[in-house]
Amino acid sequence: MSFPLLTATAVLPAIGAVATAAVPAAQRTAAKWLALLVSLATLALAITVLVRFDPNGGRYQLTESHAWIADFGVRYELGVDGIAVALIALTALLIPFIVLAGWHDADPLETGSRRWRPTQGFFALILAVEAMVIISFEATDVFLFYIFFEAMLIPMYFLIGGFGDRAHEHGEEAASTQRSYAAVKFLLYNLVGGLIMLAAVIGLYVVAGNFSLQEIAQARANGSLHMATSTERWLFLGFFFAFAVKAPLWPLHTWLPNAMQESTAPVAVLITAVVDKVGTFAMLRFCLQLFPEASKWATPVILVLALVSIVYGALLAVGQRDIKRLVAYASISHFGFIIMGIFAMTSQGQSGATLYMVNHGISTAAWMLLAGFLISRRGSRLIADYGGVQKVAPVLAGTFLIGTLATLSLPGLAPFVSEFLVLVGTFTRYPAIGIIGTFGIVLAALYALVLYQRTMTGPVKPEVSAMPDLRVRELLVVAPLIVLLIFLGVYPKPVTDIVNPAVKSTLSDVHKTDPKPEVEAVAK
Amino acid sequence: MENLIALLVAAPLLGAAVLLCGGRRLDAVGHWIGTLMSTASFVFGVILFADLLGKNAEHRTLIQHLWTWIPVESFQADVTFRLDQLSMTFVLLITGVGSLIHLYSVGYMEHDERRRRFFGYLNLFLAAMLLLVLADNYLLLYVGWEGVGLASYLLIGFWQHKPSAATAAKKAFLVNRVGDMGLSIAIMLMFATFGTFAFGPVLGHATDASEGKLTAIALMLLLAACGKSAQVPLQSWLGDAMEGPTPVSALIHAATMVTAGVYLIVRSGAIFNAAPDAQLVVTVVGAVTLLFGAIVGCAKDDIKKALAGSTMSQIGYMVLAAGLGPIGYVFAIMHLVTHGFFKAGLFLGAGSVMHGMNDEVDMRKYGGLRKYMPVTFITFGLGYLAIIGFPGLSGFFSKDKIIEAAFAKGGTEGWILGACALVGAAITAFYMTRVMLMTFFGEERWKNQPTRSPEAPSAEPAAEHQGEHAEPHPHESPKVMTIPMIVLAFGSVFAGFFFNLGDRFLHWLEPVTGHSEGDSPLSAATVTGATMVCLVIGVGIAYAMYGRRPVPSVAPRGSLLTRAARRDLLQDDFNHVVLVRGGEHLTRSLVYVDHTLVDGVVNGTAASVGGLSGRMRKLQNGFARSYAVSMFGGAAVLVAATLLMRAV
Amino acid sequence: MNPVNYLYLSALLFTIGATGVLIRRNAIVVFMCIELMLNACNLAFVTFSRMHGNLDGQIIAFFTMVVAAAEVVVGLAIIVSLFRTRHSASVDDASLMKL
Repeated sequence: MSFPLLTATAVLPAIGAVATAAVPAAQRTAAKWLALLVSLATLALAITVLVRFDPNGGRYQLTESHAWIADFGVRYELGVDGIAVALIALTALLIPFIVLAGWHDADPLETGSRRWRPTQGFFALILAVEAMVIISFEATDVFLFYIFFEAMLIPMYFLIGGFGDRAHEHGEEAASTQRSYAAVKFLLYNLVGGLIMLAAVIGLYVVAGNFSLQEIAQARANGSLHMATSTERWLFLGFFFAFAVKAPLWPLHTWLPNAMQESTAPVAVLITAVVDKVGTFAMLRFCLQLFPEASKWATPVILVLALVSIVYGALLAVGQRDIKRLVAYASISHFGFIIMGIFAMTSQGQSGATLYMVNHGISTAAWMLLAGFLISRRGSRLIADYGGVQKVAPVLAGTFLIGTLATLSLPGLAPFVSEFLVLVGTFTRYPAIGIIGTFGIVLAALYALVLYQRTMTGPVKPEVSAMPDLRVRELLVVAPLIVLLIFLGVYPKPVTDIVNPAVKSTLSDVHKTDPKPEVEAVAK
Repeated sequence: MENLIALLVAAPLLGAAVLLCGGRRLDAVGHWIGTLMSTASFVFGVILFADLLGKNAEHRTLIQHLWTWIPVESFQADVTFRLDQLSMTFVLLITGVGSLIHLYSVGYMEHDERRRRFFGYLNLFLAAMLLLVLADNYLLLYVGWEGVGLASYLLIGFWQHKPSAATAAKKAFLVNRVGDMGLSIAIMLMFATFGTFAFGPVLGHATDASEGKLTAIALMLLLAACGKSAQVPLQSWLGDAMEGPTPVSALIHAATMVTAGVYLIVRSGAIFNAAPDAQLVVTVVGAVTLLFGAIVGCAKDDIKKALAGSTMSQIGYMVLAAGLGPIGYVFAIMHLVTHGFFKAGLFLGAGSVMHGMNDEVDMRKYGGLRKYMPVTFITFGLGYLAIIGFPGLSGFFSKDKIIEAAFAKGGTEGWILGACALVGAAITAFYMTRVMLMTFFGEERWKNQPTRSPEAPSAEPAAEHQGEHAEPHPHESPKVMTIPMIVLAFGSVFAGFFFNLGDRFLHWLEPVTGHSEGDSPLSAATVTGATMVCLVIGVGIAYAMYGRRPVPSVAPRGSLLTRAARRDLLQDDFNHVVLVRGGEHLTRSLVYVDHTLVDGVVNGTAASVGGLSGRMRKLQNGFARSYAVSMFGGAAVLVAATLLMRAV
Repeated sequence: MNPVNYLYLSALLFTIGATGVLIRRNAIVVFMCIELMLNACNLAFVTFSRMHGNLDGQIIAFFTMVVAAAEVVVGLAIIVSLFRTRHSASVDDASLMKL
């Protein structure tokens, strides 16, 4: 038996989490280093997965399969396709930066404060989330996926509720209240989604008799498993609802701004760049493969909701006064693009959507972490409290500008590639929706540049005048992300090469082919 | 030879990367690195030009494939460069004028502590602009298209400690984004129609597609062109863009970037030729803008804004010509090149004047400067003669051709467009004469009148004078600034004559753009005569108003039209009321809706569950007897139910 | 004699007991009423046993008696200790367990 690479990739951070939690209370720094090392080792494993994965090989590779709960046909089944590989790589890539960016976020507050901040716990929870996210990307057994999809909520709940920003305009007491509100809201939304999905998972078992994604998909494809139209639709809705909450799709989005606003910047990145991706990923893997007909049936409504997300998220981002809320609404707009790309059911749309998940992860990480550095310097999240930072901290402002430009999808940076693919993919099948989606790029420029203008330019505000520029640790976090943004913007081929075959098989699941151009004579 | 093409882009790109990432160590030499990279690019351009000249007219297209950019099934975007006569013309203009302006900026930005960064941005602009004109497919063109937008954003907002500059930069980017939206929709339409967006197949098979599709593509391209080239209705950003340093206005907002829209239309000629409705719209946009810009230019007292109005108007000419189809493509590009020379020269002259006048931009506070700045006066004067179309200078040749072509369009349209172009020529003569007279002639209104320093207190030598209300001491600019002005003045004088000698320019571009002679209802001599009459009228009125009478140093109230023109014909007010205010209200109400309605539904559910349980809680009152009642009640109900079931 | 009459008596006794539980406040009286209800049940069991001609009902009656005895022991102890601490034997005073 070969080395269980996928299991190792998920188990390593889990062991790391336990080990980090077990570091004695006095040795805070050791815990941080341990977490960083574990996350780097996980990254190494993820890169191994990336290298061992053959884009042109079988659909699911590096598979592992063991009996688990035999009575219910639950198996421990892992396997990755190109989409999963890309997202595992993204997750493993971002966690070290999140750890590094949050280096001091869980330090104990100044002496005299009653609040105790368990440093070890913070990093252990981050690693625990990583482990669960990775195994969710790997699971090809619906039940296995479901368990970790839900279990992820527990560490996330504590990360949101337990560790907020250091400074808060209304004092520690109010901050604590708002934090627990945000954490509970996060938990409730996702639990409701998860419960509905649980019903659908059970329903699927009743219909299919097992939980194996591949078996069910195969049985459905060759006709040996018949599903009544209405059954399929109900089950689809159950799955989709949970993923739409997680993604989040309008109008199930309101937990995200609260959660991102109240948590520290690295945790906010963890939410939007890593955990939320499980939702959109699962739409591609489970909704489309298990319920192809229902997916097509629901497409018009979902596309409209995605469109609403794009425009609505962008407009709300324009109206925000809080930096982190602004980023959160921007993310909602971006998730609209991802979902639009998935349900456009074209290869450009879905490849673009997968690429978008990766690029959005990187760009939001860069943007949000920089916003976090900014906030930690001034001790305020309000946009109006800043001004003229560019003059005082040019490197911070310059890198923040690149993050801003990535958010508004400037060509040459990675997000442009994916956004354009999504738009083109949507346009070829649904021109009107593609055109309205294009309005999103104007609105994105508006919210992103307004934020940049109000915080970074103009006369220097007195409170800002002593602001230090980026420190070495912070630069170490930001610089690689920016390099990646530029690299993937100029040469996205490595990612598209991995993703394209997987998208092709996903499309064949739903029996869709790309629309043909009007003038077919123009072959290259 | 093909391999040199990438170097054209790579040199300034490398310069930008080095300058922007290099940090303070490079402060001392940064400006020379920037100038060197720009010049290097120009040298490569000249080498390639010589190579092209040595080939047959049909073989003057070089293609360099670098790498596959975005491959997703049938969607194949490559990084491929195409150098043909059209892009060659642009390469020489961009790198040539660009290098001169780099040189000028060495002097102009001498006292700015962020000069290194300024040159970094300038190099970035050059790289993006060259990418724009060298791209072999529309998506790569789009990269350059937005890249120049970014460079423009950075440079307009270069003095970003001034809120007005930061706002102007943002506005420019946003308005341009609206145009970019048009370009991206056009690319999507092309992909849906042709299955590709590379120049060769799309333009080669343009006629195979239905006219409706082509019209849609063409209109979207026009929208893009309107954004980038400041054409009505997306012109509002150009005036504000004058917040940037003057070399930027000269390079980006006069000579090169704003003409990208014309390039796009001429490049996509095959599509426009097959979509006559779209062509008509293009000509209308051009005609409206050329009048609009000219009228705005007449009313501005800010020398740069007057020139900005003029730029808008001149690009209106080019767009008009481009809309005429094969009759006008070549002349659009010819005017574009000559305009690049004289307008860049004019802007550099304006910068030189400002340099000597403590950065005063109000022409009402100038006057009589010809004695103090002879070189500036002469170069500016030559640029002035060129732009109004003084016979023999470059503007004369290129503009005259456009007016002829407009008449040659034929029919009522031809007459209307031609008339617009003629009126525009008269107004051009008027406002340029006004600028000239107010700046270099008349009494010295700056004496005994301290100037304020609106532009960049820290960046300019004005910093020293500020606060003491010193009287300006007009002086000539240093050599490093005057030499580029002299070179550009040369171009303004001779370029038109040279291009027209034996229809050289026409033969050069014809293989790419195609050319046809329209049948004009008027002879060429008649058109030239009419143009001359317009010119004389315009100059005459301006002289009567500003040359013979003293210019008041505070602007008079003016007529309704003047006041409207001062405010950019109320376009900004419209934008402000409808888009800005409306947008603010929309976002604010959406924030409210999100909080109360969307979130409210969820919170409401939670609250009602909470309320229900609160009421249920009251039942648990702790009285054993009330529990007993419910027990008995429950038992009774159960018994009753059992009996009832049995009875049924 | 018709055994059904015993059932009527049992129902009557049970009702009296139930009413007592519901309307009386004194814990001792409530307690006595509960005993009354238990014994009413016993009567019904025995009657049914007689009517059906087997012993099941009588056995259950014994069980009930044992339970009642145990209940008396525990219940009286609670009432006494309650009276000691609160100086009252009213059931309504002992409502501290409410939320």
